[in-house]
Amino acid sequence: MSKSKTKIINVDYLARVEGEGSLYLKIKDDKVQDIKFKIFEPPRFFEAFLRDRHFSEAPDITARICGICPIAYQMGAVHAMENALGVSLDNNLRELRRLIYCGEWIESHVLHVYMLHAPDFLGYQDAIQLAKDHPDVVNEGLRLKKIGNELVTLLGGREIHPINVKVGGFYKLPTKNDFRSLLENLKWAQTAAHSMIKLTSSLEFPDFEQDYEFVALRHPDEYPFNEGRLVSNKGLDIDVADFEKHFEEEHVEHSTSLHCKLKERGKYKVGPLARYSLNFDKFSPEVQKAAKDAGLKEECYNPFKSILVRSVETLHAVNEAIRIIENYEEPKTPYVEINPKASVGYGCTEAPRGICYHRYNLDSKGLITDANIVPPTSQNQKSIESDLRALIPTIIDLPDEEITWKCEQAIRNYDPCISCSCHFLKVTIDRE
Amino acid sequence: MPFNSSRKPKLAVWKFASCDGCQLSLLDCEDTLLAIADSIQIASFPEATRAVIRGPYEISLVEGSITSAHDAERIHKIRRLSKTLITIGACATSGGIQALKNFKDVNDFINIVYANPDYISSLNNSTPISDHVKVDFELRGCPINKNALVEVCNAYLNRRKPNIPTYSVCMECKRRGNICVMVSKGIPCLGPVTHAGCDAICPAYNRGCYSCFGPSEDPNVKSLSNQFEEMGMSKDELIRIYRGINANAEEFKNESIFHEQK
Repeated sequence: MSKSKTKIINVDYLARVEGEGSLYLKIKDDKVQDIKFKIFEPPRFFEAFLRDRHFSEAPDITARICGICPIAYQMGAVHAMENALGVSLDNNLRELRRLIYCGEWIESHVLHVYMLHAPDFLGYQDAIQLAKDHPDVVNEGLRLKKIGNELVTLLGGREIHPINVKVGGFYKLPTKNDFRSLLENLKWAQTAAHSMIKLTSSLEFPDFEQDYEFVALRHPDEYPFNEGRLVSNKGLDIDVADFEKHFEEEHVEHSTSLHCKLKERGKYKVGPLARYSLNFDKFSPEVQKAAKDAGLKEECYNPFKSILVRSVETLHAVNEAIRIIENYEEPKTPYVEINPKASVGYGCTEAPRGICYHRYNLDSKGLITDANIVPPTSQNQKSIESDLRALIPTIIDLPDEEITWKCEQAIRNYDPCISCSCHFLKVTIDRE
Repeated sequence: MPFNSSRKPKLAVWKFASCDGCQLSLLDCEDTLLAIADSIQIASFPEATRAVIRGPYEISLVEGSITSAHDAERIHKIRRLSKTLITIGACATSGGIQALKNFKDVNDFINIVYANPDYISSLNNSTPISDHVKVDFELRGCPINKNALVEVCNAYLNRRKPNIPTYSVCMECKRRGNICVMVSKGIPCLGPVTHAGCDAICPAYNRGCYSCFGPSEDPNVKSLSNQFEEMGMSKDELIRIYRGINANAEEFKNESIFHEQK
């Protein structure tokens, strides 16, 4: 390997991410000349075929954007529709919405931490190889993931593409009794989430702090799920309805996923690090202490530590689920009756991978005339590419195979959800 | 999975246009995943592992529909590498929700979503895998049922017929003890013409079936449409109800076109 040559590193199909993507790197004289994080997932045109559909169909249709975070799409859709149609839910229904989201956060975060990301830190190809040496670790992860899925199943009917979420509430309400065995499992999950934090805090993290503009929801009283204002650490503080005034999507040649940026400042970052750094004060004292004991500060700028932040958020989601179940009062009616009208509505929720924005325009019959959905992965693509640009000079002397693996790991820091973003990963390194 | 062999059979998982939910079902087998991985060799499964073992493969699980010229070629290579090819989910089996574009002009769709349509190559139609290659078994659902997935793989590895019923959701609904939502509440339900497999969850949650599993064997779609009309459904509602997750399945496609042209 002569250092004065151009070198190309190509990862044709990135593994352990959701969807189809690739990475192309061109390196000349140890400098990065070109980075393309390509998404070749075939486009599926959701915004187009939502047109002329009834508003009540949006939660079932948009769920199909992503098999890992269907609840995120359902929540975005129902909140945007309720915003359009002037409906507000009573607190008991609102709490049930938070509860089903807790289930998705647990299931999605635990899947990513144990099955998709931890193998990178520990030098395994996958969780199954990891399980051969550390069966207890993987089994604990699988059991924790299962509890997240049980929560989604109880409230949603099934873990993937749940059927019980409805504009205006739910089709059917659970009874207090339905939660009994789940509550016991969640108590076990509390201990497991603490050991998940301990495990992930013991991993080796490269010294790699980046200057991000974090964007997340912020709610006056709680760590955000479904509601709040959109804020950043660089001065953004807007109503969700003003999203399209401040953000724009651009269409680049190497990707079937649109790239979203802030009109004023360009790239920004959404997801666990953003949420955590902008909302640390909203965690309970127990979660704050667990985070600090694990070595985290109140803000986290190291993307490799996202695995640790996801673990902290898992503990939060488990605690929040227990709180909601213990205080559960069955709502008077499962849903609020809704009359359609010509309107426009906005919704933004915190999907496990970051904010997910929805806008729908409706006609007087309640049919969708226009839809816009901005998933987290399209918002993070620019940050992913800039992380790689910063990372490569620090690992340039490693053999290609190791550079490739480190780059993959840096992409997996984002838990990218490529099917979502097309509504992505193969690595190519090109050295000169 | 009791498969006794000194050489473990190789399993590969492939993705086309889809949401990843059906392959996720395999990772959702929390109780059995490690046991499954013990008795078969997961030879290619990019969502779960970096490691790739070369084919041929005993079983290929194919998720997603064909929507690009490149994918239309790729599926033939996969077929050549696979002793048994099983499609998993509505996308691979009928074209999926993205087949809604089959009823519109794809260029309009590209213009709605993308600013630079020239960068996008997409076929006019989203088509099931069986339109392109021979499929050994089609496992339906949006998403598939994970226990059914384990059953089908188990059956093929042990050279027996999979025990997957082909009757309608109504059978499951009765067995579950649900009260019929159409008879008792006047809620339109596709259960009578929909393939079983979900355990009638929608009626159990007080709503009508929207056919995640597609048409059952010999569905009497006409008769159900008559019933819907008697219940007061409009022409547009009738078209929409068949144009859902399995819009491109033959019986549903014909029925929605029939009402559109009426």
